[in-house]
Amino acid sequence: MRILKLKKKDLKKFLESISSFGELWAPVKKGNRWAFQPTAPDNIDLDAGRTILPLKKFMVPQKFTMFKYNKEGYTPELSNIPSRIVFGAHPCDIAGLNILDKLFTENFPDPYYIERRKKTAIIGLSCLPDEFCFCNETGTDTVEEGFDLFLSETGTDFYLVWIGSSLGDDLMRMAENLFSEDIAFEDIQKFTNWKKERAKKFKVNIDLTGMPSIFELSLNSKIWDKIGERCLACGSCSMVCPTCNCYDVKDTVELRECKGERNRCWDSCTLHEYSLVAGGHNFRANRSDRLRLWYTHKLESFIGAYGKPSCVGCGRCLVTCPVDINAYTLAKTLREEEVFFK
Amino acid sequence: MIDNSCIAGDRSNPFLPEMMRIVRRFDLTSDVRFFQVRPTEASRALTLYYKPGTFMMVSNPGVGEAPLSISSTPSRPGLIEFCVRNVGHVTNSLFRMKENDEIGIRGPYGNGFPIETLKGRDLIIVMGGLGAAPLRSLLLYALDNRDDFGEIYLLHGAKNPHEMLFRKEFYDMMERDDLHCMLSVDKDDTGKWPAKVGLVTSLFKEIKHIDPKTTHAAICGPPVMYRFVLQELLKLKIPKHQILMNLERRMKCGVGKCGHCVVREVYTCLDGPVFSYWDVLNMKELIY
Ligand SMILES: Cc1cc2nc3c(=O)[nH]c(=O)nc-3n(C[C@H](O)[C@H](O)[C@H](O)COP(=O)(O)OP(=O)(O)OC[C@H]3O[C@@H](n4cnc5c(N)ncnc54)[C@H](O)[C@@H]3O)c2cc1C
Ligand code: SF4
Ligand code: SF4
Ligand code: FES
Repeated sequence: MRILKLKKKDLKKFLESISSFGELWAPVKKGNRWAFQPTAPDNIDLDAGRTILPLKKFMVPQKFTMFKYNKEGYTPELSNIPSRIVFGAHPCDIAGLNILDKLFTENFPDPYYIERRKKTAIIGLSCLPDEFCFCNETGTDTVEEGFDLFLSETGTDFYLVWIGSSLGDDLMRMAENLFSEDIAFEDIQKFTNWKKERAKKFKVNIDLTGMPSIFELSLNSKIWDKIGERCLACGSCSMVCPTCNCYDVKDTVELRECKGERNRCWDSCTLHEYSLVAGGHNFRANRSDRLRLWYTHKLESFIGAYGKPSCVGCGRCLVTCPVDINAYTLAKTLREEEVFFK
Repeated sequence: MIDNSCIAGDRSNPFLPEMMRIVRRFDLTSDVRFFQVRPTEASRALTLYYKPGTFMMVSNPGVGEAPLSISSTPSRPGLIEFCVRNVGHVTNSLFRMKENDEIGIRGPYGNGFPIETLKGRDLIIVMGGLGAAPLRSLLLYALDNRDDFGEIYLLHGAKNPHEMLFRKEFYDMMERDDLHCMLSVDKDDTGKWPAKVGLVTSLFKEIKHIDPKTTHAAICGPPVMYRFVLQELLKLKIPKHQILMNLERRMKCGVGKCGHCVVREVYTCLDGPVFSYWDVLNMKELIY
């Protein structure tokens, strides 16, 4: 992959010169948290922590129209998807997108996802962990793919910029003069030193090795009941998790007319109706069963199917769940390293 | 892999339903109705191929979409048949539709029965309630390709004669000498029932001419049926991986995207809905 240098002071100029591609979205501070918002290059918080919602909101909006229908049949709604530049995507979130890519582009590719993915330029930015990040344990503290450009801190006055796609190359060429190819030996050293310092900053101590067997062995554990009693079935964990992709489909009708829309909206397996089948038989009537599904999916099942967990260590469930059910407390409890659910 | 040319709907958009016309409908029981549909575009009718045991996503515009098993056999092309139980929103709206009305269809989806593996084998097909819908497809397919299969047993149980799906069709099959068609009702409240009275499990003792090593069984019915039927099949010494079951899960997409049908790493819509008993034992949550 091609790597270039960009002076930090030129970042704003660069973002301005690519603005013709689409609207710029970047992390903006909201209270004591951050959210991806449309913004001018001036207002971007370059030291932003995790955003409330991950990048999935760009590829699978919380609610969108799949089809319009009338007497003639269904017409897909794919034409008004905007082009966007998403700046400031952290490695774990890009890793989350790579997992969604597998789900949505293999086996019956989803045109809605693919169209949005194509029209969204992803410019990654390296970050420093806070007390809830554990991407070092999930192997997602750096990413090799899934972005168009990736800017890494070096601890000095320039970024190292990875060109990850031909779109990334096009964007770079829109302000080619700002980039330089002469990367000196010291520059590389500065970069690796910065990485070493970063690696020391992780505080969450979580061991995910051997998780599939641990889940298999604890399938009937009482822990699930205890967790189930606690869970409020609020669905927040699914909303914020970068790799939760479940959705529901609802049709709407215009009053007294044979036309309307088919819409898709986020759904969560922690909600009661999720697994109901005809006759009211619910395969997962208990919260404990539904949570077991959620976390086996994050920490076990995906390992079986794709060789790595679908948890990317972003820490969102750690900061979001009001009753402290999260990847950390769960892994610790199942490994019997610490008791969280009494 | 899936051959896209047979798939209903736009190939570049797996969610886009293709309009089909209802050509016939009638009641099978008090709450199950039979529907026969045909693509509105006549040329599509003959290219639409599916395997027994697969399902379609059926849409009623403005109401929604529901997965329905295909009840017809690909050996009789041109028409697709469904049995619909009136349980809620979409199914109820289908009951309000008449001949010539149009519905949206996409599919077929799911793995279906492993037809190639079943060839040359003896078959025991056990159905109860709405389980007749997918298993009728397999049964008709096997009968239409009769020379490809060994002995065929059909065991069909219902609460009472009125509750038995396709009872007329199955009565007629009792005449066939190339099929062991065994029907039973728990209770005969009509006094005119020509077949057995008793639980579907009581039919098993009449299964005689099979070699369990080369026999496959296919079961589909209400959850309560599985336990007892499985015991009977194991008594017959049918290997667990040769017992096939059609499982039901909530499904919103049918194509491995919405997550509703997931059981651990298994997508019921892609990897199922047909599973072997061996799969089920290895995946603790597949049934119950
Ligand atoms: C692979 C497969 C094959 C099926 N084959 C048939 C068939 O041949 N004939 C038939 O009548 N039914 C079949 N079903 C069940 C059928 O899909 C549901 O009954 C239908 O989706 C209910 O939709 P509704 O809008 O009418 O009900 P809703 O108004 O959505 O709900 C009514 C009741 O049905 C339950 N339900 C909702 N969605 C589903 C669902 N997808 N599966 C099961 N229960 C659900 C609800 O929890 C509630 O108890 C099949 C289901 C699957 C997964
Ligand atoms: S399970 Fe928690 S830490 Fe892991 S990716 Fe999801 S929200 Fe982030
Ligand atoms: S685990 Fe926590 S965040 Fe998730 S539904 Fe339960 S209470 Fe809400
Ligand atoms: S039905 Fe949507 S994933 Fe299986």
